[in-house]
Amino acid sequence: MATAPIAVGHAGRGWRPRALLRRLRSGDEIAHLVTLLFAGSVILITSLLVYELWVNSALSRHKFGWAFFGTRVWDPIFEQFGALPFIYGTLVTSFLALLVAVPLGLGAAIFLAELAPPRVSSALTFVIELLAAVPSVIYGLLAVFTLVPLLREHVEPFLRATLGFLPLFQGPMYGVGFLAGGLVLALMVVPFIISVSREVLLAVPGHQREAALALGATRWETTWKAVVPYARAGILGSVFLALARALGETMAVTMVIGNNPQISASLFAPGYSIAAVIANEFTEATGDLYLAALIELALALFLLTFLLNGLARLLILLTTQRGTSHE
Amino acid sequence: MNFRSSWRKIVNAAMLSLTGLCALVAVAALFFILGYLVWHGGKALSWDFFTRLPKPVGEAGGGMANAIVGSAKLLLLASLIGLPIGFLAGVYLAEFGGRTFAFLVRYTTDLLNGVPSIVIGIFAYTIVVLPMRHFSTLAGGIALGVMMIPIAVRSTEEFLRLVPRSLREGAMALGASRWKMIATVVVPAAYRGILTAALLALARVAGETAPLLFTAFGNRFWSPGWGQPTASLPVMIFTYAVAPYEDWHQQAWAAGLVLLGLVLLTNVAARAVLSRGMFVHRS
Repeated sequence: MATAPIAVGHAGRGWRPRALLRRLRSGDEIAHLVTLLFAGSVILITSLLVYELWVNSALSRHKFGWAFFGTRVWDPIFEQFGALPFIYGTLVTSFLALLVAVPLGLGAAIFLAELAPPRVSSALTFVIELLAAVPSVIYGLLAVFTLVPLLREHVEPFLRATLGFLPLFQGPMYGVGFLAGGLVLALMVVPFIISVSREVLLAVPGHQREAALALGATRWETTWKAVVPYARAGILGSVFLALARALGETMAVTMVIGNNPQISASLFAPGYSIAAVIANEFTEATGDLYLAALIELALALFLLTFLLNGLARLLILLTTQRGTSHE
Repeated sequence: MNFRSSWRKIVNAAMLSLTGLCALVAVAALFFILGYLVWHGGKALSWDFFTRLPKPVGEAGGGMANAIVGSAKLLLLASLIGLPIGFLAGVYLAEFGGRTFAFLVRYTTDLLNGVPSIVIGIFAYTIVVLPMRHFSTLAGGIALGVMMIPIAVRSTEEFLRLVPRSLREGAMALGASRWKMIATVVVPAAYRGILTAALLALARVAGETAPLLFTAFGNRFWSPGWGQPTASLPVMIFTYAVAPYEDWHQQAWAAGLVLLGLVLLTNVAARAVLSRGMFVHRS
């Protein structure tokens, strides 16, 4: 049966059985078809993923509708499910992460692309790629035993003493909470911002720099006013990529965010994120509705990262003009 | 020298050193992670860790032999699923790909690559755990395998594209058919790159925890065969780190050191394979 598409494919050029047989014997059409099938399976798997998420969340989607995303109650016993505290926690930690990671990553990328000698730059880039390879659970392990005590005993008291008039830095200090989650995420997404931004900066044509330098600009002015603006869209792309990464990040956040479904203005307060609640509660979800609600959360997370990734790739494509993606 | 130009020089020096500092912070982070794990994990690491089963709470000693074997089985299964699909799809994109369909495949691959690992876990749960009605090594392996596919596809394509045109033309001129050319000339020429891609894909999923939580689940004992829940290193690290027992924390450090060591070594090995005279030169 596998021969049917081949026959169709060459019908236009006159359908001769003997010619077809010869093509088959040379193996080209078979190789084409086999690889095509495997390529198609990637599409099939991805569609199946979306389908499974959609079907298995049906119970929750029908019961709560759009109100699911606007309700603050998460009560498995009375089967009342609202996603708002998790969405809030995910957004707060992710934006906190970007707040720290974007300046840090961009600075490092500028250093690697514009200043460092090639040898140093490639060595440091290698180290940063290794940092990106460190598993999430290892970040979590370290954060639980180093970052959390540090925050609880030194950083949070200091912040409360100096900036305590802001609602952001009030309330009891546990160490675990939005702040801890955001900071771990920052460290985890920095390598992505660095490697993509560096590549985008390296793609800026040399005459852009030469023109600024010839006008008497200093090295920094050249970088900041001629090179970075040229790479603006690509850098923004790296930020979106990092954001998509941060939104879906599970283990490290689960270990330090405090796991408490509440909405609090204070960054010291324990919270919860979408990925963390799925990780913690999925295996103990007893009712069908409970399970469907968790799967609907996963569906929301999927759609969000899907949109952000698409946007990021488009932006990076616009600046580097190299065609395919950069991973 | 007037005030303005010296101010500009000061700004220049300050900002440039700041960028250096940023790079330093990022690099220092890796060395901190590595150093801290070696310091704490080294103390807890012993021969028992590799050969014994976990002990019940309160009893000292014990190891994670079952988790190490479990991780190995999961990775084997993941490679059996992820690498062939990834490799052949990559060959399609690089060698046969048409316009629209290839674009669609590339786009979906990137999409799949960006899917959060926990969502992949749910996917494996719905297609394997729900019909089978229990957690299993098989489900965990499938989850990890799906995660490997996009990495394998894109890097295979990238490395095949680096093979010079002259090689292909040479093979064609000698009368080889297209698939013969691919199998005997193009793929062998790019084999270092493909090996690198496989190693990197393996390293990436080796540390994944989230997709295993509700597919492979966990197990305090050996898990014979493929149909039972199994322990794995990343999940053990997670459970042991968040538990309130001090000796579990020690075990978590040891497991963390082993896992990070394996992941980083695989990464370094992947690059070493590539840098040792890749046949193909980057265009």
